[in-house]
Amino acid sequence: MTTRIEVNCETGEVKEIPLTPEEIAQREVEAAAAEAQRQAEEDAKAEKAAARLAILEKLGLTEEEAALLLN
Amino acid sequence: MAVTYKPIATVTVGSGGAADIQFTSIPGTYTDLKVVYSLRSDRASAIDLVFVDLNGSTTNKSHRELYGTGSIANSGNDTSLSLSYCAAANATASTFGNGEGYFPNYASSNNKSFSGDNVSENNATTAYQAMQANLWSNTAAITSIKIYPVLGTQFVQYSTATLYGIKNS
Repeated sequence: MTTRIEVNCETGEVKEIPLTPEEIAQREVEAAAAEAQRQAEEDAKAEKAAARLAILEKLGLTEEEAALLLN
Repeated sequence: MAVTYKPIATVTVGSGGAADIQFTSIPGTYTDLKVVYSLRSDRASAIDLVFVDLNGSTTNKSHRELYGTGSIANSGNDTSLSLSYCAAANATASTFGNGEGYFPNYASSNNKSFSGDNVSENNATTAYQAMQANLWSNTAAITSIKIYPVLGTQFVQYSTATLYGIKNS
């Protein structure tokens, strides 16, 4: 059984409380959304890098040459 | 000399693990709050995300972050409150991600913002480091803070979190 830890800052009392089915379901929804968000960010980054590489190839430039032009 | 930086409570996770760590009944007598943590989750990966709930609220949350993965640098935003990242089950054994969250003016009647900085810790190429800016658009004083792993099911044994109260005088 999955439990959570709750500490009362006024009394110092510490409780270990089992998660309810609703809390478990909410965690699953959040996990799916977070994973999708993370994947979307990394996919967007990879797409941008691929597009940049394609442009450099069209221009016949290396990454180092492009950096020299832009800096 | 006044004590301006006081540990309010510390939690160390036991052998059964913990789905979350929650500080409740936080007194409103400090100026700021700070959570310092050392966490590892059971997710089958090198890293996990650490999310935050304030006062049990699930709405009006947002954050932006900058992060590096060991191979890329990136940024992101989301409708959540985040103190990502921490170590997970595939990270180097016995390593724990470290980080902190800083909650200024937590008892004010303004919307609440807080910052985070953290590293996942891993003796390998994939090791995340990040900084976050969070906003909870709610004017209530913060009386409880919950931190939890989003992708794993729980924090593992020996994970710790400490809540500090900080006064400006």
